Amino acid sequence: MTQLPPPSAKKLGLVIDLDTCVGCHACVVSCKGWNTENYGAPLSDQDAYGANPSGTFLNRVHSYEVQPAQGEAQLIHFPKSCLHCEDAPCVTVCPTGASYKRADDGIVLVNESDCIGCGLCAWACPYGARELDAKEGVMKKCTLCVDRIYNENLPEEDRQPACVRTCPAGARHFGDLGDPDSDVSQLVAERGGFDLMPEQGTKPVNKYLPPRPKDEMPEFDVLAPYLEPVASDGKGFVGWLDKALSALPGGAK
Amino acid sequence: MSLDQPQLDLSPKVSDEVRKTTCYMCACRCGINVHMKDGKVAYIEGNKDHPVNQGVLCAKGSAGIMQHNAPSRLRAPLKRVGERGSGEFEEISWDEALELAVSWLKPIRETAPEKLAFFTGRDQSQSFTGLWAQSYGTPNFAAHGGFCSVNMAAAGIYTMGGAFWEFGQPDWDRTKMLMIFGVAEDHDSNPIKMGIGKIKKRGAKLIGVNPIRTGYNAVADEWVGITPGTDGLFILSLIHCLMKAGKIDLDYLARFTNASVLINEDPGSEQYGLFIRDENGQPQVIDRRTGELAAWNGQGVEPDLSATYRNAGVTHRPVFHLMADRYLSDEYAPENVAETCGLTPERIRAIAAELARVAFDEAIELDRAWTDFRGKKHDKMIGRPVSFHAMRGISAHSNGFQTCRALHTLQIILGSVETPGGMRFKPPYPKPATAHPKPHGKVTPGAALDGPHLGYTHGPEDLIIDNEGNPKRIDKAYSWDNPMSAHGLMHMVISNAYAGDPYKIETLFMYMANMSWNSSMNTSGVMKMLTDKDESGEYVIPRIIYSDAYSSEMVAYADLILPDTTYLERHDCISLLDRPICEADGVADAIRWPVVEPDRNVRGFQSVLCDLGARLGMPGFVNEDGSAKYKDYADYITNHIRRPGVGPLAGFRGEDGQKSGRGEVNPNQIQAYIDNGGFWIEHVPENAAYYKPFSNEYQDWAVEMGFYDAVQPYIFQLYVEPLRKFQLAAEGVGQRQPPEHLRERIKTTMDPLPIWYLPFEDGHVDPVEYPIHALTQRPMAMYHSWGTQNAWLRQIHGHNPLYVPTKIWEANGFKDGDWAKVTSAHGSIVVPVAHQASLNSSTIWTWNAIGKRKGAWALDENAPEATKGFLLNHLIHELLPPKGDGLRWANSDPITGQAAWFDLRVKIEKSDVPNEAQPALPPIKSPVGKGPKELGWKVGQ
Repeated sequence: MTQLPPPSAKKLGLVIDLDTCVGCHACVVSCKGWNTENYGAPLSDQDAYGANPSGTFLNRVHSYEVQPAQGEAQLIHFPKSCLHCEDAPCVTVCPTGASYKRADDGIVLVNESDCIGCGLCAWACPYGARELDAKEGVMKKCTLCVDRIYNENLPEEDRQPACVRTCPAGARHFGDLGDPDSDVSQLVAERGGFDLMPEQGTKPVNKYLPPRPKDEMPEFDVLAPYLEPVASDGKGFVGWLDKALSALPGGAK
Repeated sequence: MSLDQPQLDLSPKVSDEVRKTTCYMCACRCGINVHMKDGKVAYIEGNKDHPVNQGVLCAKGSAGIMQHNAPSRLRAPLKRVGERGSGEFEEISWDEALELAVSWLKPIRETAPEKLAFFTGRDQSQSFTGLWAQSYGTPNFAAHGGFCSVNMAAAGIYTMGGAFWEFGQPDWDRTKMLMIFGVAEDHDSNPIKMGIGKIKKRGAKLIGVNPIRTGYNAVADEWVGITPGTDGLFILSLIHCLMKAGKIDLDYLARFTNASVLINEDPGSEQYGLFIRDENGQPQVIDRRTGELAAWNGQGVEPDLSATYRNAGVTHRPVFHLMADRYLSDEYAPENVAETCGLTPERIRAIAAELARVAFDEAIELDRAWTDFRGKKHDKMIGRPVSFHAMRGISAHSNGFQTCRALHTLQIILGSVETPGGMRFKPPYPKPATAHPKPHGKVTPGAALDGPHLGYTHGPEDLIIDNEGNPKRIDKAYSWDNPMSAHGLMHMVISNAYAGDPYKIETLFMYMANMSWNSSMNTSGVMKMLTDKDESGEYVIPRIIYSDAYSSEMVAYADLILPDTTYLERHDCISLLDRPICEADGVADAIRWPVVEPDRNVRGFQSVLCDLGARLGMPGFVNEDGSAKYKDYADYITNHIRRPGVGPLAGFRGEDGQKSGRGEVNPNQIQAYIDNGGFWIEHVPENAAYYKPFSNEYQDWAVEMGFYDAVQPYIFQLYVEPLRKFQLAAEGVGQRQPPEHLRERIKTTMDPLPIWYLPFEDGHVDPVEYPIHALTQRPMAMYHSWGTQNAWLRQIHGHNPLYVPTKIWEANGFKDGDWAKVTSAHGSIVVPVAHQASLNSSTIWTWNAIGKRKGAWALDENAPEATKGFLLNHLIHELLPPKGDGLRWANSDPITGQAAWFDLRVKIEKSDVPNEAQPALPPIKSPVGKGPKELGWKVGQ
């Protein structure tokens, strides 16, 4: 049983825009690349070229079809990684203290040297955001690229999680959700950002921005004036053309 | 931090060194930072300074480390020792390999160079490989454009001097509405994703026209789930609505398009339907200042869009009148097209109205003065902020060329090409068809071809045919079968060579083209053609040389394998002479360089061609004393001169590296690129940023940069006169006449104004028996067989169910886990199905080229790619089924020869669950063994 620190003023996390995410998996693979080479054990792959390839990923994109009551079905791309919850059940369930929430910025991490790979944290996480690495036998999870965001060996503009830096559509945003004036907090306020499964009581720091309504082009009668015919036949059209041309700058012959 | 929390090193060393080069995980050509540790590749990220990707990188790019280290990499030159197709090879030395190649190629060159067919697949060095083929002397060279998107490229060039992707892009920073048609999720993928992000941030509208709602179409504000092959009809209906309502940019049409050019309307004339021209050959307009004839480009001329010209009892009208005659017709009224398109008339009208509203009510004015080619000064740049983008979805149909032309016509009547908020060309484009070379095909044994192979025809006189009208090229490009086949027809090479039609060849030489698998229609048939022997026991296609970096399905079908490097081990130039990486605001090119040296006995293919060219004594590849001219490809990149001052790379030219565009050779040019992050960019002057084809400011800059040698302003060709010339020939005019069986088709399809006709397969296959359209798409995280089956990416796209819409799902009583038999007029496959509601109700689809042959790519034979993965290619034939006229018609666009993959019609029925997807082909022996069971990739400690 591990204790959570008192809530930090700084709450680092991600804001993910479901309106813009095209489901390209760029974040998934960039995360895999950075975190294989960096923090802790590499993210291994079993049966890498075989019948049942299965590797460790800290971030995955799922796609869900949504059928509105009226209109066409829609497809929503849903990237999911650790939400760095304020009341993180994965931390409190950890028997060795390996799983912890950083007191300074709220990032939830696993101290791999203390992890016994019991898997209780993965069981406790309602989001399925932790994966036990089959090769190393330690629990892996999103670190919010803690080894990038403060890294003085990186140019300042690159001190953000790998998934955010690489996202081609700009659907991922990183910042301090504890600061109501931060860009990410403003974005959440403007766009109605929401918590994933708030009923779980985990108080996730990461937020999602909802897709905008789709297939809502105005009924044609609103737009009809834009297509009012200029003439009833071809002859009339040429008449209109001559009139329209003479009204243009330099039109008078 | 409280004391009981671990102390972390928050600033660990990231890498020893960053080496900046160009990605090759697909054709986007993004800039990448390769982080090196202990001399090995540790991590790959996007290069923030690079014009294409500005720091972002897709899933493929980030997985490059798995491609570079893939177990499927070939290790040494291979000589076939078993039967073709068996995969039995022995490793040989490079000297032996090259001498063997020379022993095949030298006699052919000296006697009949056309007996070599050299096709280079998904090559990004066509200006070099084309030069090699030209110097060798064979007319039989092309890359993969013919089975990819030549309709898009050719329609764009003929109509407006450029198309999408390498040619042009939406004005991402200003557009207020973007409409995308059939956009695959791979081409230009990072720039499009970045652009969609930008316009979403601004709240601009995105309309996705695609039978399948995934990817970009999933985030579109409006999804138009059109029936495949009907986009052209939908677009012509939008044109109908907009013209009828006068919601068109008349000033733009008059000045900057040939809508004002007069057409000869005398049916008795041999010039019928051609432009009225003056004694200098210039097309004529009526000048509004005088009411008299004037050259289209005369100084001060104000072209009249409406006035006609009466001569010798005949009234000749401008193109715009012909457009009005055609597009105002009720034939294109929404009510009359909606059902065919799978849409409602109200939806079509609403979209047309929304285009009109945004284009004209939300017009943009930039306070930037510019001067047009007639000397008229404009104090503003006026923009119609609607933009469009399209790709293979509309291109890969037998009506694709005309559909792409229709789309450009829609853009142009709205005044939204090369204006703020619309579509913008990327230098060195725009470049009209007349500024491109014409095709060449004159063969002289032992000598070079008479000019570049590929180009643009402007009439029957430019066809590559003999005196009897027979094709001179093995792929029948530039013949009456497909007179404007600007990229050649790679998909016809093997079947034509096998049939000896138009003639037999000796050696087939290919690069990066997986012809025995996903790059061919009729995959099983192609395997048979590659392995079949004649009565004397010789292979019908006698010799096959193939170059690839990986153990692809094609390797087993070659006699000699020249193993290529990975993209991190090689030199390349992404050249302005080829497919550049420019942006609308800048001209740019880039290099690849060996950020690591190969650890295998492999060589970059282009360096091998330099060597082969020298061994064959080919002009341009040897010095006067017969010695090799280029040590390797890097030497060529640095020292080759194409035109005075113009070489493969435009940056850092001149002895001191200070010149851009034009300049002498700089011996240190490649190092200058490396020092600059792997690329070079020069920005377009602000007053030349729009109206590029018409702008004096742009034209002067383009000459200065060396894109061309003299200014060449032009106007957009809504009416494409070369099409009319072919049509006239089909009507009986002129010496060069098409064969009788093609006359009617040429008359119908080669219309100088965009038309729509049913995809050809609909006329050969019973639409009642085969009521379903079947498509493929490329996933964003996987690039067909370009590289290997990547260990990370295959966990995202390891198998490919056939997606089935609700109506068909329910009608067949499908359940999760079911399999189905899918049958076309050509063949059947048995494959796993999955339900997708967000899909056109008569369309099924799957991801392209996930299915793999057992034994290829160093995969286990039980890999899901080989047991459940499948190709639709088995259902598609390069010829349409017979229809009783005694002829076999190509499954291609009749104008360009583009492979009509997406015309496919099928039927579907529930099947028993087989052991594996059918047809199941026997395994091929792997020349590289199998990949490791487990990966835990970490190069630094």
